[in-house]
Amino acid sequence: MDASLRRLKRDHLALHLAMSIFSDVPQAPPVAVFKLTADFREDSHPQKVNLGVGAYRTDDCQPWVLPVVKKVERLIVEDDSLNHEYLPILGLPEFRSASSKVALGDDSPAIKENRVGGVQCLGGTGALRIGAEFLRRWHNGVNNTATPVYVSAPTWENHNSVFSDAGFKDIRPYHYWDAANRGLDLAGLLDDLEVMSDELLDKAPEHSIFVLHACAHNPTGTDPTQEQWKKIAEIMKRRNLFVFFDSAYQGFASGSLEKDAWAIRYFVSEGFELFVAQSFSKNFGLYNERVGNLTVVAKDSENLTRILSQMEKIVRTTWSNPPSQGARIVSKTLNCPELFAEWKGNVKTMADRVLLMRDQLKTKLQELGTPGTWDHITQQIGMFSFTGLNRE
Amino acid sequence: MSEPGSSPDERGVNQNGDPGGKLSVSGSTHTPAESPETRLLSAFKTDGHARKVYLAGREYYSEDGKTFELRLVGKIKQQLSSDPTLRPEYPPSLGLTEFTRRATEAALGRSSHAVMENRVFGVQTPGFTAAVRLGAELLKHCFDDGATWCGPVYLSSPCDDSLAGIFQAAGIQDIRKYYYWDDRRRGVCLEKLLQDLERAPEQSVVVLSASGHYPTGADLSQHQWSVITQLITRRRLFPFLLLPAQALCYGDLERDGWPVQYCASQGMELLCAQAFSHCFGLYGEAVGHLLCVSKQSSLRLSLQAQADKTVGSLWAQPSAQGAHVVATVLCNPAHLVEWEGDVKHIVERCMLIRIILKERLRLLGTPGCWDHLTQQRGLYCCTGLNGQQVEFLSTWRHIYLLPGGCLNISAINGRNLDYITESIHLALTTSL
Repeated sequence: MDASLRRLKRDHLALHLAMSIFSDVPQAPPVAVFKLTADFREDSHPQKVNLGVGAYRTDDCQPWVLPVVKKVERLIVEDDSLNHEYLPILGLPEFRSASSKVALGDDSPAIKENRVGGVQCLGGTGALRIGAEFLRRWHNGVNNTATPVYVSAPTWENHNSVFSDAGFKDIRPYHYWDAANRGLDLAGLLDDLEVMSDELLDKAPEHSIFVLHACAHNPTGTDPTQEQWKKIAEIMKRRNLFVFFDSAYQGFASGSLEKDAWAIRYFVSEGFELFVAQSFSKNFGLYNERVGNLTVVAKDSENLTRILSQMEKIVRTTWSNPPSQGARIVSKTLNCPELFAEWKGNVKTMADRVLLMRDQLKTKLQELGTPGTWDHITQQIGMFSFTGLNRE
Repeated sequence: MSEPGSSPDERGVNQNGDPGGKLSVSGSTHTPAESPETRLLSAFKTDGHARKVYLAGREYYSEDGKTFELRLVGKIKQQLSSDPTLRPEYPPSLGLTEFTRRATEAALGRSSHAVMENRVFGVQTPGFTAAVRLGAELLKHCFDDGATWCGPVYLSSPCDDSLAGIFQAAGIQDIRKYYYWDDRRRGVCLEKLLQDLERAPEQSVVVLSASGHYPTGADLSQHQWSVITQLITRRRLFPFLLLPAQALCYGDLERDGWPVQYCASQGMELLCAQAFSHCFGLYGEAVGHLLCVSKQSSLRLSLQAQADKTVGSLWAQPSAQGAHVVATVLCNPAHLVEWEGDVKHIVERCMLIRIILKERLRLLGTPGCWDHLTQQRGLYCCTGLNGQQVEFLSTWRHIYLLPGGCLNISAINGRNLDYITESIHLALTTSL
């Protein structure tokens, strides 16, 4: 082989060797809320405030460690009898049952009928993802990625990513926030649920999946009233729409576990099969231990068994065995009457503080003579508030 | 992009084209095949025999037959729980910085060129499976820019039976095997391994066990690594290394991590899935790590951003406690010394069991060669028993091995050793 050809071959090979298989990876845009946090960290202004991240903070801007959590953590660390094996794939059994009970109520008929199960997941995100993966595989046919998934307009931005990464191709908004009236756009929402005529192809086809916020809607803080929920449920039942509740703030929104779970329990009592992605990050202040549960309410226990078996397969290829620390803390708390009572007290403290903050914010804005009306701040609920400020 | 119903368990289920009325969401789920491990464990649990032994578990069992927490780990957990400066904040999505730094160092060593050249990043994941899954997702996306790279991914034969499913869950359907364990040789057959990889298409991913191969316990020698990496480079294949139990083979992070350092030192790009459950006794804590070494530092940033995006819709952030413990140990010289002592004890016990097992079988006159028992190291070993013999053991002797004849050495202890050796002897001498 002549020298120049050899050199060419060598350079060509060197170029190939130098090129990475990752050469074509496009730069992903930064996740908005964490970019906000990053920008906040870099901002050197002394009075900067980050109102973006969803973590409950005390007056000194630190996440609050619930007293009951501190207590239970001690109990766990001092417990010599603890089993140090991998958790089962579906998670700690006593955590799963206690979590589903907290969402559905102690006296839930669905639980008594043995048709409720849980899957311990990595936070609310993990629960949404496992539920989404299951639905993509087994809902509305097999591997039907075309089933529309409806999320509220606006919604937590991660809802889109979770369902889209689970394989769903058609993620659509449903009317939710009425900017003009700064409240729930019920008419728009009901309209989206209902097929008005066959020509209106953008109405929700049967078996579409609807992601509903159980309470303390993120980011608007506006929830439907009980009457409004009833109307929503009625149409959803008639149109065979699948209900997927996102419940990240139970107890935190109103201070009452029961009140914040009313919508979920109502739908269950109306005979819906549904999923609830529960997060204990906020109401236990356990942001760092990733404690979530996917509650499954099925038609009967036979269906439940099959659903859970498929869930197990999905979990097996995602994280296989969930982390135990957070689940143990929550499980111990929920399963012990004194600790449970103490926890409810801690949760009410947080909820009350948020309500107080809302009140104070509204008063302050009014005192400053800030243009506009600010009633919606106290009418909304939970940690988030849609101020109605425009982009600038 | 995955084809509808193309994974082994989804295939064969009918397309439900006509819902008709109120359909239960689960109407179309058929009864799935359980994994062999799950079936085995159920069979063991329902077995009422007094002398039953489960040798197919994943964790390290101490002499009393239980998993345990290292004393050091217990101490550190106590310290962490009374540390007032620790707040339950969301960890960064890619994990605790101190942890990823130490985990990276554990795999690549302290003076890695790749690290110094800024070509490396690490992601804390909730466990080993999650690390593999994240790696699979990154591989999928790096080719999937409108295009559809679906593999192939080459797994060793045999391998962890959950691996294929993890890649498939990430949308990579083309999973193949390369020759690894040779029954007759009772070890790795390099020639056949090389033949299989020689035939692999360019840009195939090859999953290789860095140490403590599951389930056979047979690891590649340094010479074999050198030959294989040359082939990988020449054929433009991509190495994905598995390191689930670093330090459990030689009691030494560096020695067990040698293959990763070696590949990096050869200028290769690679992924490495790590876990710290075994070597810290942190099974319930899901402490995993995905190491990514790229060819250029500019690529590192885009990969990191992709990892961030992928993590965001899978688990958002990893859990903190286990990672805190590991980081605390790895960054404190005194802790490190104590930990290494504990790990050496585990390693020595495993080696002792291997020695005794081999000796007992020799004394019984059990047919076959058992040298491989002591040539291998770590938790797992492949006995070379065939399917019939394995079934004999579970059915007639109530001893449960993995279907391929592999077992977890640490589950053998003073109380069951005699029974186990007798049983293996019987399995090999009884005409079945």
